[in-house]
Formats: sequence, C-alpha cells, structure tokens
Amino acid sequence: MTAQARTIKQVIPKSGNNPNLRFLEEVSAATAGVARLEMCIQCGTCGGSCPSAADMDHTPRMLFAMIRAGFREETLSSNTPWMCVSCYHCVVRCPQDVHIADVMYTLKGMAIRAKLYKDSTAPDFSQTFVDMVENYGRSYEFGLATRHYLKHFPLRLPGMAPMGLGLLNKKRLRVTPRQIRDIDQLKTILARAKELEISS
Amino acid sequence: MTDYLFYPGCSMESSAKSYYDSLMAIREPLGLNLQEVDDWNCCGATEYVGISLTPAYALIGRNLALAHEQVTTSKTLVAPCSACYLNLAKADHYMAERPILGERVNEALSAGGLHYNPGSLTIRHLLDVIINDIGLDAVQKLVNKPLKGLRVAPYLGCMVPRPDYDKRWSDHEHPNELDRLLKALGAEVIDFPLKTHCCGGHMTQISPSTAFELIRRLIHSADQYHADLMVTVCPMCQMNLDAYQAETNRYFHTNYQMPIVFFTQLMGLAFGIDARQLGFGSELVDARPALTRIGVELPEPEPAKPKGKKPKRSGLPMPGDEEVN
Repeated sequence: MTAQARTIKQVIPKSGNNPNLRFLEEVSAATAGVARLEMCIQCGTCGGSCPSAADMDHTPRMLFAMIRAGFREETLSSNTPWMCVSCYHCVVRCPQDVHIADVMYTLKGMAIRAKLYKDSTAPDFSQTFVDMVENYGRSYEFGLATRHYLKHFPLRLPGMAPMGLGLLNKKRLRVTPRQIRDIDQLKTILARAKELEISS
Repeated sequence: MTDYLFYPGCSMESSAKSYYDSLMAIREPLGLNLQEVDDWNCCGATEYVGISLTPAYALIGRNLALAHEQVTTSKTLVAPCSACYLNLAKADHYMAERPILGERVNEALSAGGLHYNPGSLTIRHLLDVIINDIGLDAVQKLVNKPLKGLRVAPYLGCMVPRPDYDKRWSDHEHPNELDRLLKALGAEVIDFPLKTHCCGGHMTQISPSTAFELIRRLIHSADQYHADLMVTVCPMCQMNLDAYQAETNRYFHTNYQMPIVFFTQLMGLAFGIDARQLGFGSELVDARPALTRIGVELPEPEPAKPKGKKPKRSGLPMPGDEEVN
C-alpha cells in the first residue's frame, strides 16, 4: 500500500441516500463537454503522460477512481487539479477519450465552493484574475501580479524586481488597466450566467 | 488579400507587443487582411473555467457572438495566442457537444442582446492560417534574406496541437508544420524533441518550483541541440521562457541565455523587414548575439535604469532567492 493510498480513510458508502454515491454524476454534470469519466479503464496513461504528476497528491487515474468510489472530501482536497498545467497530453493519449483537463477545471470550482482545498495560492490567483476581467473586460497583468505576489510570494519580490523593471522598461507591462467599451453589457451577461450556473 | 476576423487577445497589447508589431509588419506582404473584432473581451485564460463554468463560457461566448455579428466576408476567426485560440475553439465545440451549456450561454448572452450558434464561425490559430491558407510556397517566394546559419528550436507548446478539434495538425505531439515554415525561411531547424511540451503555464504564479522545472527542461534541451534561439507561437510560452529564464537560472544555478522570439519576427527578418519594426529588443534574454550570426545588427538597448540609480544587485544570489515556495 502506498503512502497516498493510506491517507484515504473513508470507506465506500453503503447507504443509498449517501450523496457521495452521486459524486461522479455531479462532476460530469458540472463539466463543459461530455466528461466520459465513467469510461475510464484505470490504465494510468494520464499520470504517465503528466509533466507535473510528481507534484500531485494523486495521479489523475487515482483521482478518477476516488471520484467513482464517492470519495468527495479526499478528491476535493487533493492538490491534483491545481497542479494540472492544461497541456492536454493526457487528453490526446487517453484511450477512452475522457475529457481529463476539463474535469480538472470542474474539480477546482467544486473544491472552492466546498472550501475543501487548503492552499489558497492557486484559487486566489484565479479569483484575482477573474475579478480583473469582470471589472475591465481585459486581463490586467500589472495589477494581478502585484496583488498576487504581495500576498503569496513576498519573499520572491526582491529576486523578481529586475524582471518587473525589465518588462516595464521594454513597455511590455501596462501600468494602468484597459477597459472594454461596453463593460456594462459584459457585466450583465456575466451576472445572468452566474444565475444560470449548471452545477448549482 | 485573404480576409479574416481577428481576435488579438490581451497579451498582444502588452507583454507580447513584439508578436503584434511583427504580425502587423508581415501581414501586407502575406496578403493577410485582419479585421479586428470590435470591443472584444478577455478569453478568461485558464483561470475563469476553474472558478465557474457558465460565466466562463459566456465570457468567451460574447467574443464569438460579436465576431459573428461583425462578419463581412470571412467567417474564420483567427487568434495568435494559443490560450485564446483554444478557449474560442472550445466554447464553439462544447456549446454544440453539450447542448445544455449552449442554451445557458445563449440565455446569458441574450441578457446583453447577443446570440451565438455554435459552428457558425471557424476558429483557427494564426500559424495554421499562414501554413495552410497562404502556404509555404508563397512564404518562400517572399524570402529575400534567408536565415542561413541560424539554428532554431521550433517550439509550439500545448494548446495549438492539442486537443485539435478540427484535426488541422500533422501530429498531436510531434507536428512538423512549424519546422517546415522555419526551413522555408532558410533557418537550420533542430529536431526539437520537446516541441509540444508545457512551458509551465500559470504555474509561475502558483507553484514556481513546478514551473521552473518545466522551463528548465525546455531550455536545457534546446541548448543541448545548440540552438541559437527558440521560436514560439504563443505569448504565454514566450513570457515564461523569456521573462522567467533568469529566475529559473537562479533556482537551478544554471546560466542559460536562450533568446525566445515569435515566429512572425523571424518571418519579418527573412522578408527583409527592419528588425526594429519587428519588436526585436523587447525580449529580456537578448536576441542580438544570435541575430548577428545572420548579419542583423540592432542598436544597443536603452539603459534599463534611470540615470543615477545604480542597481544594487551584484549577480550573486540574494538571500530571498531560495524562498520561492
């Protein structure tokens, strides 16, 4: 038994009313395309293809087995979806066409809503990025980087200063945000989309 | 002239300005007529989908709806950034594959008076258009300063050849299109084994040690093959490999100096366009030593710091350097 497997304490739920039994359906329903998670044959091609597998709590294969077994808490507190770099190597190699990268996106959102993922660095980065986009309609790298680094990597700042200055000096970093013309239209669309969220 | 709808994406206005400038410089000789989508918004990168699904796709949907409204001749929407390209293609693809997503996105769009029927536009990456529509023969005819003697590593990254919904690339992992384009420009192209491996994506922001290792692998491999520079097709890849190269060097105690340039910049050079019009000089790892190999001389870059302020750094590791995690 590996160290990873030992950390999974939950037993397979017996009760038919147990909401975790429907976990796989829930994940599939909240995924953009047809997830095909139930088609996984546990071959492990995904983990073997993954450039960041070494930093993951569970390989994708293992995570999919956990989803099917209804291990909601363990799945949503795993760092695996947050370590996914969206390279799509596993997606094109998967013999069963599971939409692996999209499932990882789904799990991130579910983990945030369930408040189960403990390290806030990655969720904060995504949220800050989204805040900027919702306010301006464009990404705003300068604001994003300063806010994110001050909060999560203050010790990295001295080492990063030359790069930041270099980018500024070469006019590759806009200090002020740029807003789209019809930001009101975008805000209206996004507000309506939030009410319509599929997973809720 | 061939007409296209054009979605530049946020990076083209800032961090990837050299990509934008060089594209603008080569579009006329190539006969590319790019009609920018008016009032486009950010595609959400790889961040919005990790927060919530319907808003993320509605954000992309607004771009598709606007682009379709503004169609004059061409229904092909071209994006130069890999992440933008994939997001646009994905929304178009998944709105059809999962009708409930399509319905909800359209319900949200209708709040802003917009609508998009999936499949009404063809979404393509700039490189695909140049290779498959304009063609390598036409490109080769424009070459008057072949890049003879320049050894280049063709680096495509992830999101152009994968997942590739429309099957436009020769292979998901080792496509040869970029190699052939660079050969047509007269460059010496290495058979780069990591040409579609990951640049680290947003990991530079959330798990630096993961990103640094991915960046190191790519640069190390290109260096082993004695490449003079690496050629990218994506603003994110360029940013990670160029701007984070110094931090990666400090992390691993290496000293790589691998310039990272856009394919459009090299096309411009081969077409005989002045290097300054092509955004050269904006890379953080100086491309000038590589360019002198093909007889291109660029003026010294302007001093990096204002006068009178001497940088404190001596080049030795700083106490904070190791604390990246």
